[in-house]
Amino acid sequence: MTEMTTFPTGDNQLLEETKSDRKITWLEKFLGPDNYRIVTGLLKTPASIIGFILILIFILVAVFAPVIAPPVGDDPMKIPRDGFSGEPKAPGAEWTRNVPEMPFWYKTLTGNDEWVHLLGTAQGQYDIFYGIIWGTRTAFRTGLIVVIATVLIGVILGSIAAYYGGWVDNLIMRITDIFMTLPYIMMALIFSSVLTPILGRSLLPPLIAMITFGWMGYARIIRSDILSIKERDFVLAARASGVKNGRILFKHILPNAIFPTLVLASLGIGDVVLGFAALSFLGIGTEIGYADWGQVLSFARNWITVLNRYWFIVVYPGLTLTFFVMGWNLIGDAMRDVLDPRMRGKS
Amino acid sequence: MTNYIIRRLLLVPVLLIGVTLIIFGMLQLLGPVERSALYVTDFPKNEKQIEGIIKKYGLEDPFFQQYWRWLTGVTDPVTGERDGGIIYGDFGYSRTASQEVIGIIQNRFLHTVDLALWTVFPYLSVGIWMGVKAAVNQNKFFDQAARVYSIIGTSLPAFVFGLLLLMLLYANNQWFLPGKMSDWVSQLVYSGEFKQYTKLLSIDALLNLRFDIFWDAMRHMIMPILSLSYISWATYVRVTRSSMLETLRMDYVTTARAKGLKEKDVINKHARPNAMLPVVTMMGSSIVGLLGGVVITETVFNYPGIGKAAAEAASQLDVVTILGLAIFTGFILIISNLVVDILYAFIDPRVRLS
Repeated sequence: MTEMTTFPTGDNQLLEETKSDRKITWLEKFLGPDNYRIVTGLLKTPASIIGFILILIFILVAVFAPVIAPPVGDDPMKIPRDGFSGEPKAPGAEWTRNVPEMPFWYKTLTGNDEWVHLLGTAQGQYDIFYGIIWGTRTAFRTGLIVVIATVLIGVILGSIAAYYGGWVDNLIMRITDIFMTLPYIMMALIFSSVLTPILGRSLLPPLIAMITFGWMGYARIIRSDILSIKERDFVLAARASGVKNGRILFKHILPNAIFPTLVLASLGIGDVVLGFAALSFLGIGTEIGYADWGQVLSFARNWITVLNRYWFIVVYPGLTLTFFVMGWNLIGDAMRDVLDPRMRGKS
Repeated sequence: MTNYIIRRLLLVPVLLIGVTLIIFGMLQLLGPVERSALYVTDFPKNEKQIEGIIKKYGLEDPFFQQYWRWLTGVTDPVTGERDGGIIYGDFGYSRTASQEVIGIIQNRFLHTVDLALWTVFPYLSVGIWMGVKAAVNQNKFFDQAARVYSIIGTSLPAFVFGLLLLMLLYANNQWFLPGKMSDWVSQLVYSGEFKQYTKLLSIDALLNLRFDIFWDAMRHMIMPILSLSYISWATYVRVTRSSMLETLRMDYVTTARAKGLKEKDVINKHARPNAMLPVVTMMGSSIVGLLGGVVITETVFNYPGIGKAAAEAASQLDVVTILGLAIFTGFILIISNLVVDILYAFIDPRVRLS
């Protein structure tokens, strides 16, 4: 074999053509091409952009809750009550007891000098506006806690099952099957009612229950992702150089497999909040008067014969919850299209 | 095929043991005194009685001994009577409803069956119909409307939708009603003039040729049916549409068109049956979803089925009752999943060969 001393000179047209003519941004370098495609795919469709805007609005409301609705009393998460009468009051009714401070935006936007019940009150004179604004915080809190915990459990179980295979895989996946047989909402309801006498009425029982019955999907996804990555050469190389199993799994395989799961999981917040609202609608979870959308909606249950008169108990918190879930779903739809290879390049 | 069915049947006991273990594990979180409702009807009143019951039913024994006893019951050595034992259908005593849990199931479950019977067909078919139609008319008005519907339908919570229905169709003008039946119907049913062949109100009304009663039953069921179905429609539209779009791009569809077949035949005979595979896969989990959905729907509409019983027991923290109902639902689900899986193997040969 003759040694090549000089590089080939002359027409390098071919080489030039193979070069990418688009600029590779720092983000693409940081995430890698596959993950970069996911991120940009999410920002392409108008639907997902609407989704991001909705979520952004909710984040702003949650962060600036004390500015939008100045807290009354010690615990801002308790909805302020204007008396104890059972009869709901219509939007715009005068606020007589426990009147909150007036925030800066109030006068310019509403033109009122006095603080009124902007969206009316529910039975027991719980102010619906406060329930919605501060309930946003409850929504994000429950959503984040449950998603993080379920992803952790799912990722640990799923990756152990996929990496070790054999009977370990079989055992873990059969347990997953068993949990999947049971209807999620019913089991979450049951388990939180078992936990309530032990832990008291708070956010904890529904949270624990939803975590216990919510991890299976993530375990399945991460398992199938790892099964495909496990066969790659770099894993073989790591094994050949004597790296221990646990290190291969958590340092070499997981970082390469986890990104789609993480994105999917973060979009699961919508579903979690929906489930949590359903539980508090059924009367499980926080104590009465805690700022939480499902609970405000549950007040409507006692008024179904006259809901045309008290429509505001249903419509305002109901729309809020719907828009919240819709925001996550819109992004989730775009995500599903990006991740589904069959849909690549199609509508 | 036989091989597949045998393997699938072998999974049933595994699922049964798993589900009962999960539920029994939850029961063990209760104190022994509360758990005594599994075996006795009265709440033990004094220390001595508590001790006696704990000892007799071994409520402080190791986990698996108790689990076995919970499954098979405790037989009194003197009288030979058996207490408890869920395999005999003895799920314990509901202290909030003051009756045996199995009695609640007997009373309420038929109402849920009555509702589910009328729900299953629209629940499974309307979404598929919309999805096929949307795919055939891709990017036209129907398609856009179906896509918007699928986003709204998956985002709108069932209880909000239910309350909105009540607001629009009941509180305003009483077109449709919450509950199970009107007062005059319940008087008639309990007076004995109305023969109860199946104990399902709507079917009995038809068998008695009492169409006024049938209409009354329907007026009470239409809102729950809608509220159970619209979410499933929204998901079926999306899945059917994308599967159908993919199938329509297949070569054999082009071949069928090239042969000069009518477009109707191309869609109905060549494309649609093949596009149904991913949709049929969903049906199993849909039925699970239906049984979960009745908890919320029945509560919103005050429909006295098993889901409402579960929600009531849960909000009153009556754990023995709600776990009894859970076991029962678990049995039903395991069996319906089995049926769906076997049916699916008949439809899709890839399943039984894998």
